[in-house]
Amino acid sequence: MNRVTLFSICASAGFLLYILEMVRRRKLREEYSILWLFGSALILVLSLKQDWLVVLAHAVGIVYPPSFLFLVGILFILLILIHFSIAISKLHQMNKKMAQEIALMKSNLPGKEKEPPKSSY
Amino acid sequence: MRSREIRDMNPFMEGHPPHRILVVIPAYREERTIGGLVRSLRERYPHDVLVVNDGSPDGTSAAAREAGAIVLDLPCNLGIGGAVQTGFLYARDRGYDIVVRIDGDGQHEVEDIPKVLEPILGGRADAVIGSRFLGETAYRGSIPRIFGIQHFRWLVNLFTGYRVTDPTSGFFAIDRRLIAFYSDHYPSDYPEVDSYILMHRLGARALEVPVRMYDRAEGKSSITAFRAVYYMVKVTLSFLINRIRRFG
Repeated sequence: MNRVTLFSICASAGFLLYILEMVRRRKLREEYSILWLFGSALILVLSLKQDWLVVLAHAVGIVYPPSFLFLVGILFILLILIHFSIAISKLHQMNKKMAQEIALMKSNLPGKEKEPPKSSY
Repeated sequence: MRSREIRDMNPFMEGHPPHRILVVIPAYREERTIGGLVRSLRERYPHDVLVVNDGSPDGTSAAAREAGAIVLDLPCNLGIGGAVQTGFLYARDRGYDIVVRIDGDGQHEVEDIPKVLEPILGGRADAVIGSRFLGETAYRGSIPRIFGIQHFRWLVNLFTGYRVTDPTSGFFAIDRRLIAFYSDHYPSDYPEVDSYILMHRLGARALEVPVRMYDRAEGKSSITAFRAVYYMVKVTLSFLINRIRRFG
């Protein structure tokens, strides 16, 4: 087993354990951990079975296997970033609704401020 | 859905329940102008006045309350659309018939409010938008702004069929059905152009009337030169996406 194989196994295994530990300590929600777990597991598998990488690279017509690895890495990062953008948009929407609800509820609190003027039609 | 029989009756006819009208003013850092505006509204009209304070750190909220407005204080700044939408939610929950939305900075002429109300009261329109380009106007826009407005006129006409002269006008009145729809689907920022798509979706009858608009009395327009390009791109994109969006 050469040095780079050993290094990539250690790194991806460490990464996988780190993600699991974060989920266990509730610092990372399960729904956001899925992509990370999947990604680190993929790297671990490809480190252990490097001939799979060669087969996969050739299957999609890439001659130099490491560039296939880069491609997968970049696509994976893109996927995670899109996932975050969606999560942020959802939070934005929820935050807006909550702020509006708070403002409407505050205006209903008795005694906090004077009654809104009655409709004078 | 639509109660045409009721709405098309003469609102001044005896025995007809009077329309409940709410004037909604979104305000961010308008402490110098908001008091005077609210007072002049309350002196002239019987309508309720609602100021939505969009998280201003200054005395906007106190000044508006002092002048006799109902005030909603948003805990953080949501942007103009989010603030106006809070006003729609209030109107919907309290059963108002018509919302008039005007700016808090003195840009819109208080005396023009009957002009945007009248076609709705008369049952001739579901939404009435005040246009600074119809009739005589004190408005002087810069060349890039006029170009932007022309772009949006074309966009609105192409995708909704509405013929508008002032697609970015923030001076308008809407009826119950639009109040309810906007309560659920109003864009957070730069909502005016998008709202034509929403009106189109409802099949609302939109009408423009000439109003006067002034240069801002205080502060800066929310559209600075720096943001102009972002504004154009964002509004165009969100307009086009709204066109192909499903509204639940």
